[in-house]
Amino acid sequence: MSKRLVVFDKIGIAFDGRVLLSNIDMSISEGEIVTLIGPNGSGKSTLIRILLGLQAATSGEIVRHKTLRIGYMPQKLHIDPTLPLTVKHFLALVRGVNKQDILPTLEKLGIAHLLHSQVHVLSGGETQRVLLARALLNRPNLLVLDEPVQGVDVNGQVELYNLIESIRNELHCGVLMVSHDLHLVMAKTDTVVCINQHVCCSGSPQHVTGHPAYQALFGVPGADESIAIYAHQHDHVHDEHGSILSDDGDAHAHCQHH
Amino acid sequence: MLDLLLRALLGGLGVAAVAGPLGAFVVWRRMAYFGDTLAHSALLGVALGFLLDINLNLAIVVLCVGLALVLVTLQKKHIIATDTLLGILAHSALSLGLVAVSFLDNIRIDLMAYLFGDLLAINQADVYWIYGGGLAVITLLVTFWKPLLAVTVNEELAKVEGYPVEAIRLLLMLLVALVIAVAMKIVGVLLITSLMIIPAATARKLSSTPIQMASFASFIGCLSVCGGLWASYRWDTPTGPSVVVCAALLFLIAYTLPFKRLR
Repeated sequence: MSKRLVVFDKIGIAFDGRVLLSNIDMSISEGEIVTLIGPNGSGKSTLIRILLGLQAATSGEIVRHKTLRIGYMPQKLHIDPTLPLTVKHFLALVRGVNKQDILPTLEKLGIAHLLHSQVHVLSGGETQRVLLARALLNRPNLLVLDEPVQGVDVNGQVELYNLIESIRNELHCGVLMVSHDLHLVMAKTDTVVCINQHVCCSGSPQHVTGHPAYQALFGVPGADESIAIYAHQHDHVHDEHGSILSDDGDAHAHCQHH
Repeated sequence: MLDLLLRALLGGLGVAAVAGPLGAFVVWRRMAYFGDTLAHSALLGVALGFLLDINLNLAIVVLCVGLALVLVTLQKKHIIATDTLLGILAHSALSLGLVAVSFLDNIRIDLMAYLFGDLLAINQADVYWIYGGGLAVITLLVTFWKPLLAVTVNEELAKVEGYPVEAIRLLLMLLVALVIAVAMKIVGVLLITSLMIIPAATARKLSSTPIQMASFASFIGCLSVCGGLWASYRWDTPTGPSVVVCAALLFLIAYTLPFKRLR
């Protein structure tokens, strides 16, 4: 059995009586792709920040494997325009990086031509690949990708997902991906975890019914292999603030997010 | 006379050389107002130094570092917006300094020299202090260049990669405090930030890497000192403001002429 890189044990976080996350149980193993989905404000980012050590949980425990090395790809990159910086110099900032690795990593991601570009002039897709390169240069065994396909069109998403999968196969690393899209997730995802302050449901995306029909809708070459639909199996209903409504009637009501 | 000018030039160049690279960090991290706050409090350091009869430079460094720590603590508590907080601290510290200085009746302080600097009044000991402090700043800057830059570019990435972000941030504040103590004699508390920011902003136009920008800032700062000193000698203008005017002129030239960025 592959080793478990991170285990969340009843993680919770609350500020001034406001509960952001409660009782989150989750784990990521080596070679496993986990997609974390949830609506805006569901606490996805907070959970990631706890994993990254940028924020402390107020309850529960997070167990990190002693070999854990995270490569983090943030959602956006803001660099002050007064700071002149080329992609090469940006990537050379990785702690303990071997500078000889920079160019091969860029080649692998298909952006070797950007080596001498200023980071301020990159397009959205290019920035995402540069950030992925930075995450990889940290020699991770766990990749944490915060909304990696945000703002990328379906074709681009397919490409990026294929890239992520090939990286997983090559490095045999764990991958934790965050997505705010509740229905479209990467097909190669081993586990989908849907959270809204708590874990609503989790499972593999392959269990989904009606998936060929939905994919046919896109008509994008390759899309049928890389994007899957995740059907939610919730047994509770949320109100507008995300708290669970007590449900006396239909016990099988589906999660209704707003 | 020549001796005096030479000493002034030597001191000025030393200050400009360190103020440049540190100024680049101040610009990148948008710490200009922060630098101003620390600089304004330096006058309080002078007053305390006289009152407690300790080395003035030491008093300034200690006070600046102390204030920086207070600032960071208050900032974390989010009691009030950072710019408001800085405004309150900057002007209270300056006023407190002026009030404290007025209590020193037995010592005559040339207030103008502290507020606007007097490059021509520096003595041999000042030059030693400038080069000693400056060397310390440059050594720290070179040694910790990569972590300082990594934290400046993106604190979260730096933290995930294992850089000691808090310590690096503290180091940067310490460096700013040191430069302020060093530069105070030259341009005075009210103008110190300009000697850090203007050359760095000018250098931005010409550079495409952080190292370029930092070294150009040094060079441009040195040019400003030469120009300001010359103007001061020629037309008997106040040295500190002359240096700043010269730096501002260079900034204008860099941004109006179609200079090409170096690759």
